[in-house]
Amino acid sequence: MRQRSESAVETRGLTKTFGATRAVDGVDLTVPAGSIYGLLGPNGAGKTTVIRMLATLTRPDAGRAEVLGYDLIGDAGAIRSRVSLTGQFASVDEDLTGSENLVLLGRLLGHRRPQAKARADELLEAFGLGDAANRTVKQYSGGMRRRLDIAASIVVTPELIFLDEPTTGLDPRSRNQVWQIVRALAAGGCTVLLTTQYLDEADQLADRIAVIDRGTMIAEGTSTELKASVGSGVLRVRITAPRQRAAATRLLTRILQTTVHEESDPTMLSAQAAAPGSAAHALAELSRAGIEVTDFALGQPSLDEVFLALTGHPATTTATIREAAS
Amino acid sequence: MTTTTPPDSVFDQTMRAVIATTERPPRASALSASLTFSWRALLKIKHVPEQLGDVVGIPIIFTLLFTYLFGGALAGSTGDYLQFLLPGSLVMAVLMVSMYVGVGLNTDVTKGVFDRFRSLSIWRPALIVGGLLGDACRYLIASALVIGLGLAMGYRPAGGVTGVVSGVVLLLVFAFGLGWVWSTLGLLMRTPSAVMKMGMLVLFPLTFASNVFVDPHTLPGWLRAFVHANPITHLVTAERGLMGGTATAAQISWVLIASAALTALFAPLTMQIYRTKQ
Repeated sequence: MRQRSESAVETRGLTKTFGATRAVDGVDLTVPAGSIYGLLGPNGAGKTTVIRMLATLTRPDAGRAEVLGYDLIGDAGAIRSRVSLTGQFASVDEDLTGSENLVLLGRLLGHRRPQAKARADELLEAFGLGDAANRTVKQYSGGMRRRLDIAASIVVTPELIFLDEPTTGLDPRSRNQVWQIVRALAAGGCTVLLTTQYLDEADQLADRIAVIDRGTMIAEGTSTELKASVGSGVLRVRITAPRQRAAATRLLTRILQTTVHEESDPTMLSAQAAAPGSAAHALAELSRAGIEVTDFALGQPSLDEVFLALTGHPATTTATIREAAS
Repeated sequence: MTTTTPPDSVFDQTMRAVIATTERPPRASALSASLTFSWRALLKIKHVPEQLGDVVGIPIIFTLLFTYLFGGALAGSTGDYLQFLLPGSLVMAVLMVSMYVGVGLNTDVTKGVFDRFRSLSIWRPALIVGGLLGDACRYLIASALVIGLGLAMGYRPAGGVTGVVSGVVLLLVFAFGLGWVWSTLGLLMRTPSAVMKMGMLVLFPLTFASNVFVDPHTLPGWLRAFVHANPITHLVTAERGLMGGTATAAQISWVLIASAALTALFAPLTMQIYRTKQ
């Protein structure tokens, strides 16, 4: 039976084991209906497995979950007819044309042929694929494939859409297009659950973010909340003269009240900056002291920094640590 | 008024309009879903015709090679040998093409499109049933090529058009049954080329150790026993019977029962793996 609820997804203790590896280990997730929700984590963290379980492709070993108010195990059929999945690798048929792919899905979803064709044309046009409609997908660029892939997921508008790493491997322009599509989907009332390895992507898109590491959820909240828990951004400064670096380091240490890293490049320095204001002050002080700055950047904390703050180890070494532990 | 609307908001409006379509059609029937997958199989023949060439090439080369090279020595004349060989070549051609069911399914799994189909609310066997039905077209093309070649080389079937047509139909029935074996393999193996290699590993020895190329009565006893137990031998005997106008009910029933048995055994096995595949 369907339970009326405010959540599109609700899981308790969701667990999946592959052999000796606990790919997903007791995840409690609450995705509010109508929101964009991001699962953030490095490769192998278990994000894809969570999505595959929620899309009824993989059966959980323990825990329970409700998707759109339906029980994941008992009502898998009802869930399947209301959600759609865009997998990590373009889940469209490369041997067919873009148009044929969408007509195929339209027919499978129950449209009659003329309706399926009309819907395909409409989608191809909206996704900027009108000119490529009759080319086989093999000839599409990565960005075009990804757009077709998302179009294929909304042939019949789902209530909940799963996007597994929607922008991995895309160039910046294609990535922006995908972001626009995701925002439009949410604005249209569709709940979006996406996975990503990029903090800036989660930051740009997601209303709430769950950080996943080694199968467990280590943090959850809005991007502002997460960043607050991590602390500040990073100020990176490039100076003109390497001989002034020692002086610059002393000055930055005094103003920012933090450890300054002298990087392997003899003109580069980096330091945690508690607030943009203090970074601006530091730059002004460098200039007053006669230290010429050629380039500077105030970056948000990277995924690595979030991980470092939350787990005590950088994201990129998760796999190594797991191997060492086993 | 000049158009000052930034492209973003035009894009947003179009997208919103596309998403706002809330029409939810009724679930596709089992038949309609299967036929849609058949249509996909036909589209693949159109877009990737070379797939057919790869596998039909072997039986065509063998027909030419065996007829002209060994025909005289084996049957007294190339013409007589062709009468004997051609139904066997036809069987070989269609069975080789039938491997593509497994290769295609495995390609779907490795490319990710399988996950999309599996996450749809459709009659689940449709993907495979539809694929098998669509492949019937492939088998017909392969049959036409081999029979056409045979006719051009001087093959004259005593069973006439009826004999040849019923021969092809019986072969399609068997290929449908065998298709489920390839489907099982397609879901179990890791890569499409592994499915292809496995298929060849099964088909080649079975085709040679049968009555396709030679009459088994000169073979040593142990090999003859194997040839008689080989399902391809029974299939070829029935095909020779139909195309030669001498088929018996027993020969035909053997093939029909074998096809039904393959389906009964491998269709549920395929669907079981399909459902539980991670």
